[in-house]
Amino acid sequence: MREEFLMSTLEIKDLHVSAGGKPILKGINLTIKSGEVHALMGPNGSGKSTLSHVIAGDSGYEIVKGDILLDNKSILKMSPDERAKAGLFLAFQHPIEIPGVNLGSLLFTLYKSRHPDAKAVQFHKDLAEYLQKTGVTHAFTERSLNVGLSGGEKKRVEILQMLMLKPKVAIMDETDSGLDIDSLKAIANAINSLRSPEFSALVITHYNRILEYLKPDFVHVLMDGKIAMSGGPNLPGELESKGYSWLNEAVVNG
Amino acid sequence: MANQELKSLNEGYEERFGFHDEEKPVFKTPKGLSEDVVREISKQKKEPIWMMDLRLKALKIFESKKMPDWGGNLKNINFDNITYYFKPNEKIEKSWDDVPEDIKKTFDRLGIPEAEKKFLGGVGAQYESETVYHNLREDLAKQGVVFLDTDTALKEYPELFKKYFGKIVPAGDNKFAALNTAVWSGGSFIYIPPGVKVTAPLQAYFRINAKNVGQFERTLIIVDKDASITYIEGCTAPVYSTDSLHSAVVEVVALPGSFVRYVTIQNWSSNVYNLVTKRAIAEENATVEWIDGNLGSKLTMKYPSVFLKGEGSKANILSIAYAGKGQHQDAGAKVLHFAKNTQSRIISKSVSKDGGRTSYRGLLRVAKGCTGVKSHVQCDALMLDDNSRSDTYPTMKIEEQNVSIGHEATAGKINDDQIFYLMSRGMKESEALAMIVLGFIEEFTKELPMEYAVELNKLIQLEMEGSIA
Repeated sequence: MREEFLMSTLEIKDLHVSAGGKPILKGINLTIKSGEVHALMGPNGSGKSTLSHVIAGDSGYEIVKGDILLDNKSILKMSPDERAKAGLFLAFQHPIEIPGVNLGSLLFTLYKSRHPDAKAVQFHKDLAEYLQKTGVTHAFTERSLNVGLSGGEKKRVEILQMLMLKPKVAIMDETDSGLDIDSLKAIANAINSLRSPEFSALVITHYNRILEYLKPDFVHVLMDGKIAMSGGPNLPGELESKGYSWLNEAVVNG
Repeated sequence: MANQELKSLNEGYEERFGFHDEEKPVFKTPKGLSEDVVREISKQKKEPIWMMDLRLKALKIFESKKMPDWGGNLKNINFDNITYYFKPNEKIEKSWDDVPEDIKKTFDRLGIPEAEKKFLGGVGAQYESETVYHNLREDLAKQGVVFLDTDTALKEYPELFKKYFGKIVPAGDNKFAALNTAVWSGGSFIYIPPGVKVTAPLQAYFRINAKNVGQFERTLIIVDKDASITYIEGCTAPVYSTDSLHSAVVEVVALPGSFVRYVTIQNWSSNVYNLVTKRAIAEENATVEWIDGNLGSKLTMKYPSVFLKGEGSKANILSIAYAGKGQHQDAGAKVLHFAKNTQSRIISKSVSKDGGRTSYRGLLRVAKGCTGVKSHVQCDALMLDDNSRSDTYPTMKIEEQNVSIGHEATAGKINDDQIFYLMSRGMKESEALAMIVLGFIEEFTKELPMEYAVELNKLIQLEMEGSIA
């Protein structure tokens, strides 16, 4: 069973990460306190997905330097499942298809990990609520995990799993990509339903639209493996009109 | 309940199935195979002369045929070190209370009497060479259903034996079919009268207990017109350091319009050679299904087959093979289309781990003139590490143009992205692995009665627990 803390802080300290010997993250510093929503933007290839996978514990990367701390404890030696049990969650940019693994059974497994004593009745009640919130049709729970789903449907299923697990810190990697406007609104509302002083999120996105719904407290721009700029809720609007190249110059000249 | 489940998950094969009782034969033949041994078996059974003659002829065929040079490694079978007939009890009991205490305890531990009470229509339990318990639900008996051990059935239904025994799988079919015909003992005999649909499965459980004992049961199933039946067999043995041999022959006759589903969960200990011939003949509009699960044994060579003899008949063969350390599963399926508008579907899934080896060996034949045939073959192999191996040997002989044949095959290593994805949801690596493997074989599992699906899932979870150091 996982430990419950009222407050939690995710701290990334001078993080350098390589993949196959090639440096991708070149000194990231970021602190996400509970209750906060941070947005992470930046051009393709700047290292956003790498950061999300490294936080979740993907062993396909080399940590060259730095640390990631959850509530002052390093999580680098923890396996992905230990990190999940500590309250971390990653909504994948490209959710993985697993043939023959029934979505409903997976959700029940996740639910039981959160509520070990819960009865099936309680699960079905909560499931119905979460399905409605995420706009996932019940029929999908009878199907194989992510198999044959559209990009948008897969993203909804990620958020559905997140609602089941109720993480303390959620990393959402381009959850808004592939969603139409109505779906985007529904998903943003589902994410907002988790917002509380005990919940924090890092929302990776290319678009301002989801941020208009989520109203992040901080916005960061990742460029070439470093945070090039951090700002408040107005930064995305500025980026939308000026593009990232403006920042590039700012970094070089600054 | 949860604790109990957890406990059973953490117990290995040795604990759950690998135990053994003291050997107390009421009779056994000396080790090794000879004409005398075959005569002695026949004499013990007080068989008709024609059966003894058939046995002796089969022995000659066995001796004259060379060992197969394909499939698995059969070189280390020591035929002289095997006891071919081992009789554990004087008679076959109809009540578990009358079964000798040790033997009853064994079947209790395997959960057979409990399953019988819950959902089975009849149960046969074989221990070494002989059936020790046999019972059929009264309502089924009243409908004319016959479910007996094969020895008793030979005495009671000689005309059916003369007509069918050894006709679907003749002694000359292969070396091990000849061996079985020479020394067969026990097995199930089923006859379902026309139009009778048996909904509760009939089950037989085969247990080898003693060391170096061979088990050679013979099963004959005849399903009359428009009747239907599901038959389930399970098998386990103690873990010994020396090898045992299990070599069965199964013959199934599906008469016009009938339905037969034959389910096997083979979980022999890893010192058992499992060399089995299974074949069915499907008459007009009959359907035969082999649901064949192979988890245990040192080497299994088994290719359930269906001869689609009657127009409109169907074959459905679903199999899984799991090979762990030191195991080789050479399994597959054969379908021969000998009539028009016949259909077949073969799905084979194999999983290998810790140096285990799986092979799919299949045959699909469509005879000339059999128009309108539809067939689909799918075989998928999953390897859990770099030491494991999987091969596919599909053979297709299609002699007719006007047919529709599909074939798909995949082979690959376990996908690390899938493991990471599930672990990121809080599952341990072994749990993630088990979930992926169970998903991989789901097409098979969903066809099993619920109780068996649960048991199979537990066995796979147990294997996956062992795979993470």
